[in-house]
Amino acid sequence: MTSLADGDWHRLHPASPLLRGGIFVFALLGFVIANLRERFVDLVFGIPRESGDPLDAIYEGGAVGWALLIVAGVLLVIIVAFSLSWRMHTFRVTDESVEVRSGILFRSHRQARLDRIQGVNIVRPLIPRLFGAAKLEVSVAGQDANVQLAYLGSALADGLRRDILRLASGARQPRAAVPGPIDPGQLLPAPETDPPGVGQPGDLVAPAGNRRHALNDYASARVGEFLAPELDPDAAPPESVVRIPVLRLIGSIVFSGFTVFVLVGIGAIITSVIVGGSEWLLIAIFPGLIASVGYYVSRFTKSLRYSIAGTPDGVRVGFGLLTTSNETLPPGRIHAIGVTQPLAWRPFGWWQISINKAGHSTNDGAAGQAATTVLPVGSLTDVGKVLELILPGFAIDEQRALVIRGLTSRGGNDGFANAPRRAAWLRPFSWRRTGYTVTAGAALLRRGVLSRELVLVPLARLQSVGIDQGPVRRRLRLASARLHTVTGPVSASLGVIDVDEAVRMFEAISAGAVASADSDTSHHWSLVPAVTATVAPAPGSTAAPAAATEVTS
Amino acid sequence: MAEQSVPDNLGNDAAAPLVPDPEHGYGPAATADPVTDVPPVGARLDLPEAGEWKRVSPKYVMVEIVGTVVFLVIVCAAAGALWLLLDQTWAAWVGAAIALVTLISLAFEPRRVRSIGYQLRADDLLFRRGIMYQRFVSVPYGRMQLVDITRGPVARVLGLADLKFVTAAASSGVAIPGLAEADADALRDRLVELAESRRAGL
Repeated sequence: MTSLADGDWHRLHPASPLLRGGIFVFALLGFVIANLRERFVDLVFGIPRESGDPLDAIYEGGAVGWALLIVAGVLLVIIVAFSLSWRMHTFRVTDESVEVRSGILFRSHRQARLDRIQGVNIVRPLIPRLFGAAKLEVSVAGQDANVQLAYLGSALADGLRRDILRLASGARQPRAAVPGPIDPGQLLPAPETDPPGVGQPGDLVAPAGNRRHALNDYASARVGEFLAPELDPDAAPPESVVRIPVLRLIGSIVFSGFTVFVLVGIGAIITSVIVGGSEWLLIAIFPGLIASVGYYVSRFTKSLRYSIAGTPDGVRVGFGLLTTSNETLPPGRIHAIGVTQPLAWRPFGWWQISINKAGHSTNDGAAGQAATTVLPVGSLTDVGKVLELILPGFAIDEQRALVIRGLTSRGGNDGFANAPRRAAWLRPFSWRRTGYTVTAGAALLRRGVLSRELVLVPLARLQSVGIDQGPVRRRLRLASARLHTVTGPVSASLGVIDVDEAVRMFEAISAGAVASADSDTSHHWSLVPAVTATVAPAPGSTAAPAAATEVTS
Repeated sequence: MAEQSVPDNLGNDAAAPLVPDPEHGYGPAATADPVTDVPPVGARLDLPEAGEWKRVSPKYVMVEIVGTVVFLVIVCAAAGALWLLLDQTWAAWVGAAIALVTLISLAFEPRRVRSIGYQLRADDLLFRRGIMYQRFVSVPYGRMQLVDITRGPVARVLGLADLKFVTAAASSGVAIPGLAEADADALRDRLVELAESRRAGL
């Protein structure tokens, strides 16, 4: 077990301020290079300069001393500010919560309760990744309530996540099978393990004789990390892992709604060239087309090396070629699941899965979409595997058959309570397929015939259920129903349903929501259920305890 | 807590898939025109098995009427200004049309207020509202995040308060307006107490 989760205060990676201020550093570099480019050209290629640059001006003005003084002063201020901000930025992980203190003038203290964790995300942007650093983000429910640790040593971040999730799961002892032996080389840049007040940046420097050796080790550890597979092979049983073949990924991006857009644009350009005389159209659309190429490329690279796998502490979704990101969602943190198939994907049998969850990482998900897409594209088999991962207990054959029917059936007597024929007035194509069923603690809503959709809502996570009726539906003896879940891309609603069936559904689902919540133990997923049942709610507080608190002074 | 003895006969068989009612839905495909099975009068949404609905105070009609009148005055003033000062004749017609529709809907206000109801069942709060556009919502107590009580200026004069039951879902929208202040406070305490005993995570 790493010592980061031992309840003491620790510091972040010493290079954190530099990595966090990355854009600023690049802007400064860009400014310097832009002003001195002729000097560089002269230096490298020996082409003589024609005009003076700021350095010449300083030299001729006799202000060399002043300039050096100013540069030194600015450097000093930057170094002092960075080291102060690094010293003041500390975090600790206790049995109860994750806490972060930061700020120099305006101190802030943020605390996230472990039992309210909605997910733990580790992001490695390209440049921090080159330096072996990673950003760890603990998401809890609420706007801007996340606790972010940027940056940590790469291996330390993985270890810390494992510890946070283990503490949150209710297991007090390290698991017998801690996945993945840690490469000793990766533990080298570990100043965070120093007790506070002791860890100085200078401690990092190895004794002079070993320096070359240490540097070699450091470099090879970095390269090893960079080339390592995105998903640690020991972290999850291989049969549970779902990946996306590259060809399917390209296909899914090409056959998307955006392509229709691009095709319309190309068509417009061709017609304007043939008809002639309207150059403005060319000017208006062409930059957009060039930008769309960038969009395709970024969607592609961001979904490369995608994997979703089941670990003991929840589902792990990882992706990315250069900037990598992987998030672990503990069990029971998923509020609604939507499986959709756009019309263009139907010949290939591809599906997409997105979810509603209470905590939102500030980082984008695969394909640059919101982090709510857990499977950007997958076959029916993949859908089955992913559903099994994110809805444990949903793997029985009966449910599997029900899901398949929910996805592909055209309607009829197939286990779903469908809309009556008169619903054709409101849903001329899809009324046969519009229906619902309740099974194994989850409600399944099916709808859409051109763009097929199946929504699964775990009843233990359901917030409330409502049925509505307006004048038109009253005339048709219909109603509409809606399962209220936390905000997200999945909307669990049925546009048409028979009025009596709606009442039956209302009663069944509201009773089911209460029953499933009573038997739900996912907030402490490692405890044995018998123990969890006796855990009494904390008395005294009038509202649900806050997931995160922040004090700014 | 006597209410907990009410058996929930629905939650226990949640594992069994619901069997669709054969009477409607997908009868033999040979049936004629889709419209033939629509009766002359439609069917209202209603919960036949629900118990007694608690209604909000009839005085709440006054709050709604005052709000509507203020709205009317603003609309009339804007329309009148456009008409008389800027000589825009259409503004008068639009203003008159809005005023007419608002006045007609005002006539239904007492019925609309009577349609608002709630009841505390064994495990969930049931809420209904609307006559033309009906809405029924059931919220299990354990899903409560907080209870919000607000008092507008008119409601305060009449001794009324609005109670809002907030869950993690923005779309739940359970807001019970026009409760007597004492009732609102008592209901809030009762709801908090019920939520405490049935606490669920998120």
